[in-house]
Amino acid sequence: MANKNTTSSKLRAALNTLIFPIISIIIAMFIAVFFVMWAEGENFFTATVTLFQAIWEGSFGTSFSIIETLVFVTPLLFTGLANAVAFKTGLFNIGVEGQFIMGIFAAAAVGLIPGIPAFIHVPLVLISGMLIGALWAAIPGFLKAKVGTNEVINTIMMNFIAMFFVNYMIMGPLNAPGKATTPLIQDSAKLWRFLGETNRVNVGLFIGLLLVALVYILLWKTTIGYELRAVGLNPHAAEYGGISIKKNIILAMAISGAIAGLGGAVHVAGIQYQAIQLFGFTGFGFDGIAVALLGKSHPVGVLLSAILFGALNSSSLNLQLANIPKDIVYLIQAIIIIFVAADYIYKWIGEKRKKEAMING
Amino acid sequence: MQKVVEMKGITKVFPGVKANDDVNFELLKGEIHVLLGENGAGKTTLMNILYGLYQPDAGEIYVNGQKVNIKSPGDAIKLGIGMVHQHFMLVHNFTVAENIVLGSEPKKGIKIDMQKAIKDTKELADRYGFKIDPNAVIEDITVGQQQKVEILKALYRGADILILDEPTAVLTPQEIEELGVILKNLVKEGKSIILITHKLKEVMAMSDRVTIVRRGKVIDTVYTKDTNIDELAEMMVGRKVNLVVQKDEAKPGKVVLKVENISALDHRKLPALKGVNLEVRAGEIVGIAGVDGNGQTELIEVITGLRKPTEGRVYINDKDVTGKTPRDIIEAGVGHIPEDRHKRGLVLKYSLYENAVLGNHYKLPFAKGIMMNYNKIKEYARKLIDEFDVRTPNEEVFASALSGGNQQKFIAAREINKDPELIIAAQPTRGIDVGAIEYIHKRLVEERDKGRAILLVSLELDEILALSDRIAVIYDGQIVDILDAKSATEHELGILMAGGTLKKQA
Amino acid sequence: MANGSIPVVVALLAATFRLATPLIFAALGGVISERSGVVNIGLEGIMIVGAFFAVYGSSLTGNPWVGLLFAVVSGALVAAIHAVLSIHLKADQTVSGVAINLFAGALTSFLIFKLFGRQGQTDGVAALPYPTETMAKIPVIGPFLAELNWFVFMAIILVFVVHYVLYYTPLGLRIRAVGEHPKAADTLGINVYKIRYLCVIMSGVFAGLGGATLSIGVMNLFREGMVSGRGFIALAAMIFGNWKPFGATAASFLFAFAQAFEILAQKFGWALPTEAYLAFPYILTMLALAGFVGKTTPPAADGVPYNKGER
Repeated sequence: MANKNTTSSKLRAALNTLIFPIISIIIAMFIAVFFVMWAEGENFFTATVTLFQAIWEGSFGTSFSIIETLVFVTPLLFTGLANAVAFKTGLFNIGVEGQFIMGIFAAAAVGLIPGIPAFIHVPLVLISGMLIGALWAAIPGFLKAKVGTNEVINTIMMNFIAMFFVNYMIMGPLNAPGKATTPLIQDSAKLWRFLGETNRVNVGLFIGLLLVALVYILLWKTTIGYELRAVGLNPHAAEYGGISIKKNIILAMAISGAIAGLGGAVHVAGIQYQAIQLFGFTGFGFDGIAVALLGKSHPVGVLLSAILFGALNSSSLNLQLANIPKDIVYLIQAIIIIFVAADYIYKWIGEKRKKEAMING
Repeated sequence: MQKVVEMKGITKVFPGVKANDDVNFELLKGEIHVLLGENGAGKTTLMNILYGLYQPDAGEIYVNGQKVNIKSPGDAIKLGIGMVHQHFMLVHNFTVAENIVLGSEPKKGIKIDMQKAIKDTKELADRYGFKIDPNAVIEDITVGQQQKVEILKALYRGADILILDEPTAVLTPQEIEELGVILKNLVKEGKSIILITHKLKEVMAMSDRVTIVRRGKVIDTVYTKDTNIDELAEMMVGRKVNLVVQKDEAKPGKVVLKVENISALDHRKLPALKGVNLEVRAGEIVGIAGVDGNGQTELIEVITGLRKPTEGRVYINDKDVTGKTPRDIIEAGVGHIPEDRHKRGLVLKYSLYENAVLGNHYKLPFAKGIMMNYNKIKEYARKLIDEFDVRTPNEEVFASALSGGNQQKFIAAREINKDPELIIAAQPTRGIDVGAIEYIHKRLVEERDKGRAILLVSLELDEILALSDRIAVIYDGQIVDILDAKSATEHELGILMAGGTLKKQA
Repeated sequence: MANGSIPVVVALLAATFRLATPLIFAALGGVISERSGVVNIGLEGIMIVGAFFAVYGSSLTGNPWVGLLFAVVSGALVAAIHAVLSIHLKADQTVSGVAINLFAGALTSFLIFKLFGRQGQTDGVAALPYPTETMAKIPVIGPFLAELNWFVFMAIILVFVVHYVLYYTPLGLRIRAVGEHPKAADTLGINVYKIRYLCVIMSGVFAGLGGATLSIGVMNLFREGMVSGRGFIALAAMIFGNWKPFGATAASFLFAFAQAFEILAQKFGWALPTEAYLAFPYILTMLALAGFVGKTTPPAADGVPYNKGER
């Protein structure tokens, strides 16, 4: 039934959705150039060249940097999708960070069990990460559904609890003597590094990409997605339509947490091979918020913005080598989010234009 | 006589609508002037401009002959303008006195002089004969009292020009009469009053002059004594209106809905229903009359599974559905046109086709297992749109893109097409244009004649009287009486709605 | 009472007061902001910025009081970003808060590099002195007061000031009205935006002070990660204290006591792991929110942007 008219209007709609994140990115980069100018005492032109050269070389310049970028993209796919699912259900899961950490813990613990063949051990590690993440997220979901407490506050609280709990386990029962880590997991629990052992990129990336497709199908092609999105857009109408708000809040949190926990497990099984004592948050969960926001909570958007954020993160080392403070890339990320949060400007401009047309016409 | 307010060429545009289009309006000293118009005609917008809540996109305002620029309610208050909004502007956990002095607090040093605030409130209330405790917290007093607090708020600030937006919507006929007396007394003190309403009878009873607004434009300003209800109705709607609904004698069949001794709490956990008993039969329309907030909302919510009762049973076709989920109850054969279409009836940011299957989205042919079949769903949406003449470019647009009347027709189409045995129609025509009202009324009668049971809840007595076969009056969470619609009068209903009994009157 | 136990009690109490102080500042900031209807989870980030600029101000002039001024002004400026985003631009206030936290961390690391030419932490600077000598002269509680720095006294005084303003002045009545029912306030000529800007910026001032307490009160330098979640504990204290100044202060003391007690417990070799004490405030807040400990009611319009002149 897709006639020309609707295709072109769909194209225009897609463009309208894209234009805003793109403007945000450009403005953020522009501001970052000024920071570089200030830090390096350079003029605008050289600062621009220095910065973008460093970022490009650090993220896509060599085959090694591309591989490292993919390593940084992988966890962001998971945490970005986790946040997106929650956003689509009208929930703000700041706890993705904590669920990711719990996933790390579960994988590091289950990965230690000796004597399991790899084709069982790997799924076991991943599933344990998913389950613990789902559980960790379902608690604030349950509290919101049953008691009505704000999930934002509870998930913030649970991030800290997760961090302290996991640190206790790493330094206590699971401690590798003399180190601030757990012992290395069994080889049978490790994800395949398909470009050789020395290249950290691993099949976790493909799991993440698969998840992009799965989340899209879940949200837009299934009754589950119909119900989740209905609850997110208008819980009262959803309830009226026989859709349980409580069930869907808990379900959305559990799905979101499962994705986050899976991300943590993949991070251990593919990259770290152990859990390391945390002196602060890993940041993947919070970056995931940014990734989801910039990607408008659409799986494809999440994929694109995960690549952007992953590339920025991965270039930070190169920036340091080029004598540019690596914090520039984090500043860029923060400023992008500030502008994404300010999307009202664009609505306001659009409405003002429409309004003027009406008065004059 | 002296013009206290003059608005010239006022234009106000909201995204997508011209709410006021070159409007002229004037208020004379000491008159009660009604702004009459359908819902969405632009009455409230115009008054919000006068009160400084909105800025006009074009036009001029004069108060007492001076050209003024009202940028905020603060400016309006300084000019002696007061406004009582349809949705009361009271801070619920503040006391009456705190609400009244808010924004112009009496001070003692840097501190609020609460003693003076309480004393002033008391004096002011006494002067107008209002029985109100200054120390009472707003959420503990009745809606009628809250309205008086709103009037006092304006008077405390020395308002000479008083705007009341749909003040009678929450009142019983008797309370409305009382309000009429209050307003006459205010006029005697030299105040001038603007009354916003869409109820024709009140216009005739309360006003000196009427300005009729239609689709953002002023149609005419007339003296009340020189006009009549039919003429006003025609000017308001723009064509001859058939205020009477054509229908034959009902042929009631078996009992479809039976409500037995239902009690329930409201959202504040206070008793809202106190033992309600009610039956609706196939082929009849039972109307529930009552003042807003007497348990109508909770009753519907209990029947449709949106609220759990604390006591009692609900039967649909003799099947006990008490405490079942909304989905169970939809499946038991209940269609529900909800009282607030934006809150419950539609997911505004869903396309029309997604909205078309709300409530049976999980069933064949719309879904198989967990996979949705959007081709079938779109086809079904187009059928609803055609059948009920919903004005929309296509089924892909957001529900929010439709006008209120078309949204309501779409909801009615969806609910009737579920082929329910019981249709619950709550405020089915609230806030929509007369064309849509007539259409929905006609359809409800048709569905009755097809043998469906219909429970109608409305705050509009005229609607209840026009459509119902039997009228149940709800007061303070109880059905106080059930009358035959043919013989019931507005006066009788008014007494019952206020908690009186008919026998005492006789 | 045994003689030897008095110093321990004094130490415990003094430690509680010292640990509570940054929390009290930030929690009061949270109370002010949220009472006007703006959720501020950016408190953490504002504390970070305040902590850094306190050190920078002190390092520039050698005067810690100038550092204090820098902390207050920088806190207010960062809060102003949050205010613009959440009041005029109607941003999701949680998103804006998250952005502020990310921004603050990145900005201060960058500035350490730029302004101090180092990584991870700044140079040591002049910290705010302890009023030890004056206080020690006070009988009985003198030894205890001598353990406290100026920030502690400031915090205590400000608790009373905030309480008085919120509950006894016209401004307080208006702030609470704006947080409960902004439209009602608007119709009475109260400028909702102005009140909200004022409150959010004040919350920045308070959180900035909280940050300064850490950098030029407890220590004499700024280090990355030194705020380490205290902004979130303050948020928890605000909720646990039911959005009231005294309540938030009491909760701050409770959370601080749990930490101070840990120091003591370690001395006695009690077995509970450190992490359990660290997690205590968070667990307690979740229980409070779930209704197991007391009852919490946020302001009705908390977190809801106000649309003036629209419908």
